[in-house]
Amino acid sequence: MGSIKDKVAIVGMGCTQFGELWDKDYKDLMVDASYEAFEDAGIEPKDIQAAWYGSRESGFTGSHLANALKLEYIPVTRVENFCAGGTDTFRNACYGVAAGIYDIALACGVEKTKDHFGGFNMDITDPFDRSMVEWELPPVSQFAQLANGYFNKYKWSYEEGKKILAKIAVKNHHNGTLSPKAHFHREITLEQAINAPMISYPLGLFDACGVSDGGAAAIVTTPEIAKSMRKDYILVKALSLDNGGGQGKLRSDYDFSYIPETVEAGKLAYKEAGIKTPRQEIDIAVVHDCFTITELLIYEDLEFSPRGKGPEDVEAGTYELTGKLPVNTDGGLKCFGHPLSASGLRMIYEVYKQLQGKAGPRQIKKADIGLTHNVGGVCSYFNCAVAIFGKP
Amino acid sequence: MVGITSYGAYVPLFRLNREVLAKGARGEKAMGSFDEDSITMAVAAASDCLNGIDRGTVEGLYFATTTSPYKEKLAAPIVAMAADLREDIFTADFAHSLRAGTSALRAAVDAVKAGSAKKVMVAAADCRLGTPGSAFEQNFGDGAGALLIGDSDVVATIEDIYSVYNEIFDVWRADGDTFVRSWEDRFTSTHGYLEVVAAAVSGLMKKSGSSPGDFAKVVLYTPDARRVMGLAGSLGFDVKTQLQDPLFADMGNTGTAFPIMLLVAALEEAKAGDRILFASYGNGSDAFILQVTEQIEKLKGRRGMKGHLASKKVINDYKTYLTWHEILPREQAKESVRFFSAPAAWRERETNLRLQGVKCKVCGTIQFPPQRVCAKCHTKDQFEPYRLSDKKAKIVSFAMDYVTPAPALPTITTTIDFEGGGRMECYMTDGEPEQVKVGLPLEMSFRRIIDRDGARIYFWKSMPIRA
Repeated sequence: MGSIKDKVAIVGMGCTQFGELWDKDYKDLMVDASYEAFEDAGIEPKDIQAAWYGSRESGFTGSHLANALKLEYIPVTRVENFCAGGTDTFRNACYGVAAGIYDIALACGVEKTKDHFGGFNMDITDPFDRSMVEWELPPVSQFAQLANGYFNKYKWSYEEGKKILAKIAVKNHHNGTLSPKAHFHREITLEQAINAPMISYPLGLFDACGVSDGGAAAIVTTPEIAKSMRKDYILVKALSLDNGGGQGKLRSDYDFSYIPETVEAGKLAYKEAGIKTPRQEIDIAVVHDCFTITELLIYEDLEFSPRGKGPEDVEAGTYELTGKLPVNTDGGLKCFGHPLSASGLRMIYEVYKQLQGKAGPRQIKKADIGLTHNVGGVCSYFNCAVAIFGKP
Repeated sequence: MVGITSYGAYVPLFRLNREVLAKGARGEKAMGSFDEDSITMAVAAASDCLNGIDRGTVEGLYFATTTSPYKEKLAAPIVAMAADLREDIFTADFAHSLRAGTSALRAAVDAVKAGSAKKVMVAAADCRLGTPGSAFEQNFGDGAGALLIGDSDVVATIEDIYSVYNEIFDVWRADGDTFVRSWEDRFTSTHGYLEVVAAAVSGLMKKSGSSPGDFAKVVLYTPDARRVMGLAGSLGFDVKTQLQDPLFADMGNTGTAFPIMLLVAALEEAKAGDRILFASYGNGSDAFILQVTEQIEKLKGRRGMKGHLASKKVINDYKTYLTWHEILPREQAKESVRFFSAPAAWRERETNLRLQGVKCKVCGTIQFPPQRVCAKCHTKDQFEPYRLSDKKAKIVSFAMDYVTPAPALPTITTTIDFEGGGRMECYMTDGEPEQVKVGLPLEMSFRRIIDRDGARIYFWKSMPIRA
């Protein structure tokens, strides 16, 4: 098996304002994200030789991107992989470059969620036509099961567990106030988070991320070409993706206290990047906090915290902006918002800016190695993507 | 001799306090949850009846109701499949009359007598609606009864049968009516119920050469709590010692299922040698004489009437009743990109209705829903069917949704592990959020999931074990 390490560089990125963008449609988001990336890279749209378009429900063909950007008869592939769609879009563009087929490629992920009543259409992971016996509830039901599984395994009472989760929400809300493009810019208190209305027990309003509109884009090329374009390009160190086969819902040896897909994707990425001690070697992580419990599990699944010790690191402030390993420096899905297929690229955008030292008020001191992570779908059928980036 | 070889019953967990319907109204009426209907209740009663019985021996299923969700589509196969009965058996719906339950019983007895089937299951259920504010609304209850008719291991032989019909407008529902209509009570009781049941009972006693003193118990359908007493007395029975309590204070008139449920209640108290006289009513009457055998002692361990009546939760507000029965409109979840597919439902019929999983022939792992490739040993296509509907289970993890519109919040969802193996993710029904925790013991219950394009979709839910 080969490796992507140091074979692809990012030379430009763009990210739209995230939020309830009632006045923009999905094509506006493609144009805004892609043109910021073109400008950042110092290239013209005609320089793009191939493109990948990530969307879960905002257009079902690559032609939507060609149409919005008026690309001139180049290949555009639409990628859908639920919440990991943005990172998978990026991954495919990188492989196009690493294969030596394309010199410069565009990865653009966009989601217009708010044109749908209630946010987004959550039931389209399965075929549209079915016997209708499955439950029809939003994704939070899946993650509430993880929270209940985790609380049960480590004997956390509801009150103890809620407090830990609330601290994660408070941290991400704080980071969100330092992110101009984030959906929410509001500090919250522990009490607010703990006492917020229940959505799916034990998860309340402030345990859930924002459902937002947004888009993000990246221009990727070879390191050789990148050198000729700018000094502060960013290198891809690892790109891993894995999909659960449903074992956890069929076999009784899974207890809902961790996400095996994250564990395995993390291992693959660390191997590819040559990382042996993630907690020591990684400087920043932007991860999939669709719900606070997800972020807590990620600490352990990605080996930042020992198994069962995530809450201790939360108490110790390890993952705060000033902590040893800042996580979700831009507010995360919680506050930056979560336009499904755009989120992976938004995370890469944050790591890219941090590694370039251009993250403004939320810039962390040492940023040499950064990680992004997405997980989406339903328990045991999750798709999970991990990407690792470094400076040249 | 042909007779009843097993019995079962089902009374929903919920009871509506009649006080919420009318000040001073006494007792409770059995009230199905929003996810129950005649089909689901019939499945529950049939499962109770099949406790300890080899389901492969049942050769017919007659489903009796006046409240089928369909005008054109047989409901009996849904009940038969959910009860995990064979597909090469005779199924029929008996409908349109409160007498449909005993019509099905008479037909089952005749079928076994004629040798066309060894064992026939009769499952009767009803969930009729009275107009809000009416006496019917107070009197009607929801429930189901099931009798297995056969000619061996008989617990009560059917000695004699006598039927009459009468053509009268006393209670009826026209096509499209939601609520039961009736003519004035003075007329209907005189020339309907009282006159007709009396004719059937006295006709049967005359035919069989028996007299009221020959019976340990008389079990009679009744439209209300009171009328049956006058009827039984006028026929020469001692109301205090011989008449089966019509259970109006606990349950109400469960329509087509009512006489069968009362018969089950009587059989639960019966001793070997007891003779029982039993009659229904509905545009006529079917009357039966039963003789209880020594086998009656073997039917322990089922919930029946007594167990189901004792296990209850009382509802004290009218809005819940009106909402659950769809008399009041309720907020619907926004429709998603999901379409009902008849081919998908057909392909999954064994899985969804029988709750049939698979067991890997190589590694023994039980899996639901059925897979092509084993989740443990990865062997392809080496599975045997495995019934999960009758297995107990425990909660592995759960969620309780307070936001998505539903007739009752929270919507509880569970991942469960079955005793003996197998895991499933499903809704929970008839549970309270306070009791939900990892490890909670569960049983399975067949329930309505959704109505779409005129199709009613059923599936199994987990349920805290009924006491």
